[in-house]
Amino acid sequence: MKKYDVIVIGSGHNGLTNGAFLAKAGLDVLVVEKNDYIGGATVSRNLHKDWKYSNCSYLASLFRPEIYRHLNLAKHGLQVVTYNGGFTLTDSGDYLGSFSDHEVMRREIRRHSPVDVDAYDRYYHQMAKWCRFIRPLLLRTPPDPTSFKPRDLDELKFLGKKFFDLGQRDLYDFMKFFTVSVGDFLDEFFDSDLIKAHKAGSAVVGTNLGPRSPGTAYVLLHHYMGDVDGAVGAWGFPRGGMGAISGALAGALQEHGGEIRINAGVDKIMVKRGKVTGVRLENGEEILADRVVSNVDAKKTFLGLMEPEDAGEKVVKAAKRYKSRGSSGKLNIALNGVPEFTALPKGSELIKGDFHIVDNMEAYERGYDEWKDGMWSTNPYLDILIPTLTDPTMAPPGKHFMTCFVQYCPSKVKGQDWNADLLKKFGDNVIDSIAKYSPNFKDLIEHVEIRSGQVIDNEIGLTEGNIFQGELSLNQLMFNRPFHGCAQYRGPVNGLYLSGSTTHPGGGVMGAPGANSAREILMDMKISTTVPEDEGDD
Amino acid sequence: MTSQLKPDHWRSAVKYSPFYNKIKEHDYVNEWHRWAEYTTATVLEDTTIEYFAIRNSASIFDITPMSKYRIKGPDALDFMNRLLPRDMTKIRVGRVAYTVWCDDEGMVLDDGTVFRVAKNEYLLCAQERQMEILRRNSVGFDIEYSEVTDEIAAISFQGPCTCKILKNMGFEGVENMKMFDLRFFDFPGGEIMISRTGYTGDLGYEIWTKNDQAELLWDSIYEGGKDYAIRPIGGNALEIARVEAGLIAAHVDFSPANETVRPGHAKSPYELGLGWLVKPDKGVAFNGRRALIKEKEKGSRYRFVKLDVEGNKTACNAYLFDKENGKTIGHVSSTAWAPSAKTNVALGFVDMPYGEVGDTVWAEIYYQKELKWNKRWAKCKVMKDPAWNPPRKTLTPPADF
Amino acid sequence: MTNNLNNSYDVIIVGGGHNGLVCAGYLAKAGKNVLMLEAQSQVGGAAITDKLIGGKKVSSCAHFLNQLSPRVSNDLNLASHGLKLSASNISTIALDLAGNHMHLNKTSVKGGNVSNSDADNYKKFMTLMHEYAGTLGFMIDIAPIDIFNLDWDDKVAAMKLGWKFRFSLGAEKMSEFLRMIGMNIRDVLDDEFDNELLKGALSFDAVLGTYTGPYSPGNFLTFLYRIASGNSGAVDIPKGGMGAVTAAMSSAAKANGVEIRTGSRVKSINVDNCAVTGVTLENGEVFNAKIVASNANMKTTVLDMVGPRHFEADFVKRVGDIRMRGAAAKIHIALNDVPEFSGLARGDLINRLVIAPTQNDVERAFNHVKYGEVSTSPMMEISIPSLVDSSLAEDGHVLSATVQYAPYDLKGGWTKKARADFLEVCISRIAEYAPNIREKIEYAELITPNDMEDRYGLIGGNWHHGELTLDQMLMLRPVPEASQYQLPLDGMYICGAGAHPGGGVMGAAGRNAALEIIKGKTK
Repeated sequence: MKKYDVIVIGSGHNGLTNGAFLAKAGLDVLVVEKNDYIGGATVSRNLHKDWKYSNCSYLASLFRPEIYRHLNLAKHGLQVVTYNGGFTLTDSGDYLGSFSDHEVMRREIRRHSPVDVDAYDRYYHQMAKWCRFIRPLLLRTPPDPTSFKPRDLDELKFLGKKFFDLGQRDLYDFMKFFTVSVGDFLDEFFDSDLIKAHKAGSAVVGTNLGPRSPGTAYVLLHHYMGDVDGAVGAWGFPRGGMGAISGALAGALQEHGGEIRINAGVDKIMVKRGKVTGVRLENGEEILADRVVSNVDAKKTFLGLMEPEDAGEKVVKAAKRYKSRGSSGKLNIALNGVPEFTALPKGSELIKGDFHIVDNMEAYERGYDEWKDGMWSTNPYLDILIPTLTDPTMAPPGKHFMTCFVQYCPSKVKGQDWNADLLKKFGDNVIDSIAKYSPNFKDLIEHVEIRSGQVIDNEIGLTEGNIFQGELSLNQLMFNRPFHGCAQYRGPVNGLYLSGSTTHPGGGVMGAPGANSAREILMDMKISTTVPEDEGDD
Repeated sequence: MTSQLKPDHWRSAVKYSPFYNKIKEHDYVNEWHRWAEYTTATVLEDTTIEYFAIRNSASIFDITPMSKYRIKGPDALDFMNRLLPRDMTKIRVGRVAYTVWCDDEGMVLDDGTVFRVAKNEYLLCAQERQMEILRRNSVGFDIEYSEVTDEIAAISFQGPCTCKILKNMGFEGVENMKMFDLRFFDFPGGEIMISRTGYTGDLGYEIWTKNDQAELLWDSIYEGGKDYAIRPIGGNALEIARVEAGLIAAHVDFSPANETVRPGHAKSPYELGLGWLVKPDKGVAFNGRRALIKEKEKGSRYRFVKLDVEGNKTACNAYLFDKENGKTIGHVSSTAWAPSAKTNVALGFVDMPYGEVGDTVWAEIYYQKELKWNKRWAKCKVMKDPAWNPPRKTLTPPADF
Repeated sequence: MTNNLNNSYDVIIVGGGHNGLVCAGYLAKAGKNVLMLEAQSQVGGAAITDKLIGGKKVSSCAHFLNQLSPRVSNDLNLASHGLKLSASNISTIALDLAGNHMHLNKTSVKGGNVSNSDADNYKKFMTLMHEYAGTLGFMIDIAPIDIFNLDWDDKVAAMKLGWKFRFSLGAEKMSEFLRMIGMNIRDVLDDEFDNELLKGALSFDAVLGTYTGPYSPGNFLTFLYRIASGNSGAVDIPKGGMGAVTAAMSSAAKANGVEIRTGSRVKSINVDNCAVTGVTLENGEVFNAKIVASNANMKTTVLDMVGPRHFEADFVKRVGDIRMRGAAAKIHIALNDVPEFSGLARGDLINRLVIAPTQNDVERAFNHVKYGEVSTSPMMEISIPSLVDSSLAEDGHVLSATVQYAPYDLKGGWTKKARADFLEVCISRIAEYAPNIREKIEYAELITPNDMEDRYGLIGGNWHHGELTLDQMLMLRPVPEASQYQLPLDGMYICGAGAHPGGGVMGAAGRNAALEIIKGKTK
C-alpha cells in the first residue's frame, strides 16, 4: 500500500499552499478534500447559469506576494487585478468616496468635514507605520515565550529589538493601538462620524466585536496590509474569481508531483504510539502517511478528527476554549445589469470598488448588540463588490456578479438552526437595505445565494462560519494562535501539523499560515527550506 | 474653504492659480506638474534660461500653491512661540522669520516662513499642510487659525533687478526694506503685502495679493520690468537656485516627521543644520524642546553638509564615504551643477562626527553617457557657506540699475 | 518645620483625596516640608462620608474598602490614627429573584444552585487568580517600568517581573496568563463555569466602575486587578464610612508635619521658565514650591491648572485623548428600618449584595450607556453599613448602592425628571428583591456621573480618573510621558488615581508618586 510523505486535510488555499511548498521540496504529497471541488473558501463556483461566484472570500490583496512568486502562480494562470474606488452611502442620499488620488481624496474629505482633511493624512501615515511594522511578522513562526530553546529566545530577541527600535513614542502608541477599540482610535483623529463609519467597517468584519470593543483597532491593519505589485494598501481580486487562486495553487502542487483527491472527507487522523500514521476517510479507506497536515480549524481538528486520547486532555480543553463564533453572512447575487445608486454622480467609477451602507458608528454598535442577542443586524454593515465591472470573465456579457458580505449575522438565530425561511428573511433584509439606495436593484436580481455562518460551516467546515478559522482576538494571536502548545504549527502528536488560518497569522486569503507550516515541516525533516520569508519593503 | 464642493468635484480636481492664464501665455513646452491641488509649471521654455532670470535679471514664480495660514488673536505671539523653536518675541511686527517646527520627539515637521503682519496676527507659509498641527497646538490659546491658501495669490519675484522693477511700479520705499522685512503697499483693489524673502539665496521679494488683484499685479510687474529681461519660470529653474543657495526642501532633504513611517528616518533641526533656530532657553515649552535639549547633550545622529564636489558630474543619489572605497557615512539628498557659482553642489547628510567644515568626504557617483553607466569617485569638500551667497542678497538698499 | 514667611514649601499637594493624603504623608515622613491644598471644607476627595438630608451618614462614592494597600496602612500607621473596621472580610451575596441566593467567599461558593463542579472550579479558578495576583501584584506598588530610560529600580522591577513570570508561575500558568490578559470576562467565565448567577456576579466585579460590559475585551484584567490590589480581595467596611479612612490618612499626614489647608481652591499651578514655581489660589494667595504634585484629574491638572501652553502640543493632545467615561451612579437611601430581602436573614445583609443575575443581563444593561441611555434594568452593588456601624444612623438605617449603568452624557441631559425616573428605576430594582423597601424609605438620592464630576472633580464621572483599559494601564497611564508620575514639566507630578495603578481607595498611586518625588529622577 502506498505511503505518502504528507497528507494535507482540506484543499483550502492554505492547505494547497502548504502542499505545494512541500511537493516543491520533493515530498510525496496528497491533499484530500471532502467536497467535490477544491479551494475551501477560496472558490469560483458555477451556481447559476454561466456566472462564477466567489461565494466565500472575495478579495486577494492579503495574499503574500512571496508565495505568488515562489510557487510561480502566474504560470499556473493566476492574475490578480487591482481595482479602485469604493464608497459609503449615507442615509441622507450622499456618499463618501474612496479615491486613490491623494488630492482628490482630500477634497472628498473636505466636502464632508473640513477639519478632518489633514487628520486624514496623519491617520494614513500612522496606519502605514503599523503596517510596515507588522507585515514582516506574517511569514514568520511566532516564538514560544515560555520556552528556553535557542530558536525561541532568538525570535523573542528579534521581536524585542523590533519593538525597541520603534522608539519610545511609537512603541507606546503601538501598544495603545493594539488594545484600543476602533471607535476610540478613530475618535483621536476624526470629528466626522461618517468618516469614522467609512473606516470602522474593516475593523469589525468577521469579528464578534463591536466598534467600541477594545482590541478592534488593530484589525484595521488587515485593510491596509494588503498589497498588489508592491503597492501597499492596494486592493485586488483574481481574474476569474477566487477559484483562480486555488486553481493556480493546485497547478503548482501538481507541477511538483503532488496529488489531490476530492470527495475524500476525512473521518479520523490515525495515531499509533504517539505518532501519526495516516488518515481514515469517511468511506473507511485508510491512507498512510508519515505526516498529516490539518488545514481544518483547531476545533474541528482536535475535537472532530482526533480521538480525545490521541489529542490529550490539555489540547482537548484548549480546543474547546478556542473561540470561533460566526458573526458574518453573505449574499451572492447574479444581476442582469449594473444597479444604479442614486447618490453616485453619473459616470462615477467608484462603483468598481467595494461599497458600504452604514454611515454612523452607533448603527454598527446597535447591529452588534442585535447579534449578541442572537439576531442578524436589521441595519447591517455591508461590504459589497461587483467584480464583474473589472473582470469580464465571471458573468455573461452585460451581466454582473455581486458579492455582499454582511456583518453581523449569528451562526444560530436565537439558538435555532438556520432554515430556508430564516435564510430568506435574512436575505430579504439585506436586499431591502441595498434597494433603499438603488431603485432598480431588485429588478436586476436574477439569482441569490444566501449564506449564514451555519451554512458555510456545513459546507466548507469553518466552525460557526467564522471567516478567520477562529476569532482574531488578542487572546488568539501570535503564540496564542490557536493556543499555546500548538502555535508553532505542530500538533500534540508526532507528525501532526496545522496549516490553516487557525494558526498565525490568521485569516484572510493570505497563504502565510500554509507557507509557515510548510517551513516548519521541512525544518523537522531537516530538508533545506524553499519557503520564502518576507521580502520586505526597505 | 471658499467654494462648496459638489458630489462630482472629482471631475475637475485640479486647481488653477489666479496667475495661470498669465503664465500660460509664456508657456512653450507644456510641462506642468501638480503641486498640492494646483497645477504648476515645471518648465516654460528652457530651464537654464529661466534659471538665469533669477540670477541675472528678474524672475516670477507662482507660489500660490504654498500652504498658507492666518493665525490671529490675543495669544497669537504665545501660540507661535510654543509652536516654533525660534524665539518669536524677537520677531517684530513687519518682520518675517524663517523657521522649522517639530513634533514632541524634536523631529522636523516642516520648515517655512512666519510673517508678523500685526501685533496679534501672523501668516504661516509652508510647503506641507498644517491644519491638523495648528489644531492640536491651539488648545488653550485664545487665537483663531484658518487656512488661506486659496485666498491669497502669491508670486516669488527674484533677481538682482527686482527692487528696481518694484520701484518702477511705484512701491515707494521698497528699496529700504531689509531682508525679512514685510510691508504693505497701496495697490488697486486693496493693499498688497511685499516681503523681502525668497527661496533662491538672491535679492528677491515675495508679493501677496488677493486673487482678483493677481492679473493686474502680473501686468504691472511686466510693465515695470519690460526693460529688465523679466520672465516667468518653472519649478526646475528654482530647484537649481535653491540647491546652489544651500536651502533644504521637504520630501527631498528631509521627510516631514508626521509623514515618516520608518523609525529613525525623520530629522531634527540640528541634523538639518538649523540648530541656530532652536532656542531651548527661551523659557517656553515649545514643541520638541525636551527632546532637543537631550539631543544637544547627547549629540545628534547626522550632520547636514553642503558639499563642493570635485569634477562636473553631479553626485545625484550618491552614497558618501569617509575615503575612496571606505566606509559609508552618509548620502546625498540634493544636487545641482551651480551655473552661477560654477560649482558642483551637493547637499547631504553624514553620520556624526564626520563632515566638519573643511573636511573631505568621498562620493561614489554614477552617471550615464549615451545610455552607458559610468562610475567615478569624487572628493567632496564640506563648505561653510552656500555655493551662492552674494552680498546683494542682503544689501540695503539694493543696487540701482 | 522651617519658616513660612514667604509661603515656601518643598512640595505642594493639590487636592486632598486619599492619594494626595498618602503622598503627603510619605513625603513628610521623608522630611519634606509639605503643604496640602484642598478646595472643599474637608479633605478626602471622593472618599468621604456624606450627610444625607435627615442626618444619616453614608460613604459618598466607594462604600467598601477592598483595595487599601496594607503597606500604606502600616507605613502610615492608620490604625493608630483611628482607622477601624466595622466589618471585615465580608461575603458577596449574589441575589436571586427566586430567593435562592449565592454566597461567595474568597475561594468558596455556596447556594444559588451552584453545582459541585462549579464550586470546585471556583476554588481552582480563584486560587489561580490569587496566585496571579500574588505573583504580579508587586507591579501595583511600583512605578511602571520606564523601558527607554532604565534606572536601577526599573532594572530590578524588570528582572523581578521576568523571574516571576518564568519561574514563579512556570510555563503553563504563564502561557495561560498571556492568553487571558486580553480577554473579556465573559469568555473567561463561560470557559470555567455553568451557573449563570455565579458568572453574573463575577462578571459584575470585572465591570464595576468601568465603561465596559462583560463582552468587552480586556476586562478580565480589571477583574484580576481588584484581587491583586489591596488586601488580596478581602472586602471590609470602615467604621464611620469612607470618610474615616481619609480622616485617618489626614491625621497621619498632619502627625508627620503636613500642613493642610482646606477651603483653598487652587486656581493655577504656576510655571516660570519651564519649571513649576508654586500655585495660586482662587483668592489670589500664592504658595511657592519647586515641586507640585497634583491629586486632581490629569485633564484638570494639565488643561486647567497648569495650562496647555506649558506643555508640548503632542502631550496636550494625548492628555485630551485620555478616555474617562463614567458609567456608574450611586443611590443613597435613608431607611427607618432594614428592608427584608426575600430569602436572606437580617444577619446576611451586612454583606455585599450584588444584583447581576446573568452575564447577558449585565451586558444588556451596559448596551444602553453606549447610546447615552440609562439601563432599564440596572445592576447593583448594595451595602447597608448601618447594620455594622450604628454611628452612621442613630435611628434607622442607611443603604448605599452603586448602580450600573448610567451615562455621563445622558441624551436629553440629567434633568430633574430624568433623575427622578432613574431613581425610581433603581428603587424598583431593589424592590424586586426587597419588596417592602418602599415602606422604609425616608429619603433617597441619586448621584449621577455628572454629580461625581461636579462634586469630586471626577471628570466624566469616571472613578478612576481615566478608564482602566489595556490601552490606559501601566506605562500607558495616564499617558506614556507621565507614567512615572512626573509630567514633562520640571517639578510637576501627579499622585492621583489617574496615574498607575489607578483608582479604588488604594493609596498606591499616592505612595508611588511620593517615592518618585523623593528619588528625584530627572527626565
